[in-house]
Amino acid sequence: MPEITPEVVKQHGLTIQEYQRILDLLGRTPNFTELGIFSVMWSEHCSYKSSRPFLKNLPTEGPRVLQGPGENADVVDIGDGLAVVFKIESHNHPSFIEPHQGAATGVGCIMRDIFTMGARPIALLNSLRFGDLEDPRTRYLLNGVVGGISNYGNCTGVPTVGGEIYFDACYNGNILVNAFCLGLVHTDKIFLAKAGGVGNPVIYVGAKTGRDGIHGASLLASSEFDETTEEKRPTVQVGDPFTEKLLIETCLELMKKDGVIGVQDMGAAGLTSSSFEMAGNSGTGIEFDLSRVPLREEGMTAYEILLSESQERMLFVVEKGHEQETLDILNKWGLDGAVIGRVIESPEVRIEYQGEQVVNLPISPVVEGALDLKRPKSKPQYLESVQQLDLTELAEPGRGDEALKKLLASPNIASKEWVYEQYDHMVRLNTLVLPGSDAAVMRIPETHKAVALAVDCNSRYCYLDPFMGAQIAVAECSRNVICSGATPIGLTNCLNFGNPEKPEIMWQFEQAVKGISEACKYFDIPVVSGNVSLYNETKGVSIFPTPTVAVVGLLDNLEHHCTQGFKNSGDLIGLLGLTLEEISGSEYLKRTFDLCRGNPPYLDKKQEKAVQEVCLQLIQGKLIQSAHDCSDGGLGVAVVESCITGPENALGATLDLGTTLRKDALLFGESQSRILISFTGENRQAISEMARKKEVPFAVIGEVGGSHFTTRINNTEYIHQDLQTLKKIWKNTLGNYAR
Amino acid sequence: MKCGVVVFPGSNCDHDCYHILKHIFEIDTRWIWHKETADLDGYDFIVLPGGFSYGDYLRAGAISRFSPVMKAVVRYANKGGRVLGICNGFQILVEAGLLPGALIQNRSQKFICKTVFTRVEMTDTPFTRFCKDKPVLKIPIAHHEGNYFAPPETIKTMEDKGQIVFRYCTAEGEVSGASNPNGSIENIAGVANEKKNVMGMMPHPERCADPLWPDRDGQLIFKSLIQSL
Repeated sequence: MPEITPEVVKQHGLTIQEYQRILDLLGRTPNFTELGIFSVMWSEHCSYKSSRPFLKNLPTEGPRVLQGPGENADVVDIGDGLAVVFKIESHNHPSFIEPHQGAATGVGCIMRDIFTMGARPIALLNSLRFGDLEDPRTRYLLNGVVGGISNYGNCTGVPTVGGEIYFDACYNGNILVNAFCLGLVHTDKIFLAKAGGVGNPVIYVGAKTGRDGIHGASLLASSEFDETTEEKRPTVQVGDPFTEKLLIETCLELMKKDGVIGVQDMGAAGLTSSSFEMAGNSGTGIEFDLSRVPLREEGMTAYEILLSESQERMLFVVEKGHEQETLDILNKWGLDGAVIGRVIESPEVRIEYQGEQVVNLPISPVVEGALDLKRPKSKPQYLESVQQLDLTELAEPGRGDEALKKLLASPNIASKEWVYEQYDHMVRLNTLVLPGSDAAVMRIPETHKAVALAVDCNSRYCYLDPFMGAQIAVAECSRNVICSGATPIGLTNCLNFGNPEKPEIMWQFEQAVKGISEACKYFDIPVVSGNVSLYNETKGVSIFPTPTVAVVGLLDNLEHHCTQGFKNSGDLIGLLGLTLEEISGSEYLKRTFDLCRGNPPYLDKKQEKAVQEVCLQLIQGKLIQSAHDCSDGGLGVAVVESCITGPENALGATLDLGTTLRKDALLFGESQSRILISFTGENRQAISEMARKKEVPFAVIGEVGGSHFTTRINNTEYIHQDLQTLKKIWKNTLGNYAR
Repeated sequence: MKCGVVVFPGSNCDHDCYHILKHIFEIDTRWIWHKETADLDGYDFIVLPGGFSYGDYLRAGAISRFSPVMKAVVRYANKGGRVLGICNGFQILVEAGLLPGALIQNRSQKFICKTVFTRVEMTDTPFTRFCKDKPVLKIPIAHHEGNYFAPPETIKTMEDKGQIVFRYCTAEGEVSGASNPNGSIENIAGVANEKKNVMGMMPHPERCADPLWPDRDGQLIFKSLIQSL
């Protein structure tokens, strides 16, 4: 085994101080393999040493929460003896280097976090961010990532039903791939990562172990990109969705039997993290023999086997006596597996290989020993200047036609059909609302319930003000869920930031976490799980702070769901909420003036809550035909989207507005807490009354019908466009670029 | 009446077919594991469902066709038993030689999941008799290798013998280039063997057969099968 020198310590991503701490905790020098174990377990990706102190304040409890953060994923009760398990995770760095496999394995990893708890995955979503369209790598990365998600998700038979995609130059050197998965479980059959019962066998289940992904956690995910990035290609894991599908069926079948004590998927840091964490959770220890691990390659060292991040592998602890039953099920499905060790009393992990002891470590220092790094924070200097925006310097166009077309042609707004047509979004027959509406809605089989799913983050807002931007992410995501008729019951977040060694980045991180915390407390949505991805920075250029959130909502009666498209000619169009003169930070400002400046739109949480409540009441009272959240592109884009995403032949609309605001702010500003609705004339009175009771501003602004989109402001025509022209722009932009 | 849904390692739509047959049409429906070799004579019809059997490795359906159960499926088909292959099931039937032609990668080289329209070319099969009053079906596809191909002489023979069952078309029933989602020769979406007891189709009828969904044209395929027995 190689000798441990300062250079070797550095190569393992550990500082001199961290190495000294290892020496202090162990009371001896670790061997090379043991150093490798500390390297991955103390990495930023696995230990959260930079972020943990800030995450403590997130509200994690609620009456429906059965299992909060700490386990693989969170469990939220939905009644009828059922619960949903969900989480969002990042796979950013591998996807930039090898987009197809990076994204594919991201999907694989998040699914395993779900079914490791006994839940069958029933829906996938993803939040993707790419660089500028002009950047030469963007097209390649877009195709690779979407292809990877498509191939992996489709092959495993789990529908990919929603998501978001954004393009901005700040992601040129660091794309973001955040994958979300939701699964269904019976509340009396939830499995945790435990290694209980001394003497119980530890069983390896799944694909053979190879050399892929070694140091994926410690070196790839826990550092910036630079000139040597390409050399990190071997650290990207390779996925096999067919094995994953077999693994899902095998695990769920195993879990129906009585013998399973605990189970953990081998994710980041593979066999190492799963064994240490399972034992750590139970106060026991594990001893195992690496010679029994099914291997894909010859001549692997103990170091390589322990650090391998080969995909599609799980670690089970079963009751003594159930070994054969377990192996029989593995055999039926054609998976590799072996009893590799057993649970021991002493809280240590002892590992043998080819007749020799190679690792003998106490669990606590490895799992809990990484010191929280008290990273310094300081408010970034760019903020003061970037928040300045003088509207008088922005010439207001006489008409809005060109601006509208530019917005519909923006890849941030244009239809994502080119993407979601590559995802099987129908398999399993549970997708009630297909991609294309504000939220996906999945029915819960054998009940009359459904869950609504959405994922959101406007990172431009977070760049301009991380505290406000993060609050808006929560508000917007829950608003999308509300628009489908569901009540939010839980939130999971994926915090994507730059280099934590920079005080400005840590300040952004702290502010964003505070924002999520404050908004979730106000809206009463527990944060039940999450993931942190740091070091999203290349050669000193960091991404916008991107705290992506995903909200899950519950519909007690699936018949009361709602979608965003207009339904009938003659229906009236209404707006709940107030429009202020806010163009700053908007997509309109970017597309028309090429600026990203100002403050994000103001979020009045009290107003937001009231608007959401009214919308929900209207849907449940069957008083409206459609509900659509106003976000990117503002009111104008929201109306066009409702026109286009209605029944097959798009329905036109005419708006008649009166205002003292700038006309472009009225139509394209992104004021928060606004929901666009449509309804039949006979319900107008009732809707008005409901809004008035909750003190929610409500105005009838137009009518559905015709073949054009026409807007008159203060009795002057501002926009008049043939709807088919607008539809063509919106529908074809992304596909035309990507092909 | 008894029907069977074959399950290969990697089949995904087996559950969907089972749900429609057992819960919507209330037929005695059994799972048939791919390793079973017993005769299938007790079944009134067999379904080979969609999915990614064996990960679609090598070629879609190429490995499944060697699964032990396929021997029994071939015997059953040769004796006149009714076999419906959907998507991956169609690919397996083609690889097993029970249907002519081949299914290759979509022209766009991308997976496509969307609702399309198919025109029923032949209502004189046990799978399509109920389509007499509904010549155009609205039915989803979801595949990467759904591009049907056969040499022109084979297509001619198939046409003469009435083996072409479905063609992709517009909502109005026009078979055109624009309505062809994957490049299939002559817009072919489904075919039958000469005796018309084996049929393969790329679109998924089980995805539009549950009364909970607004689109239900898929029910016609299953109704035809059930009523023909």
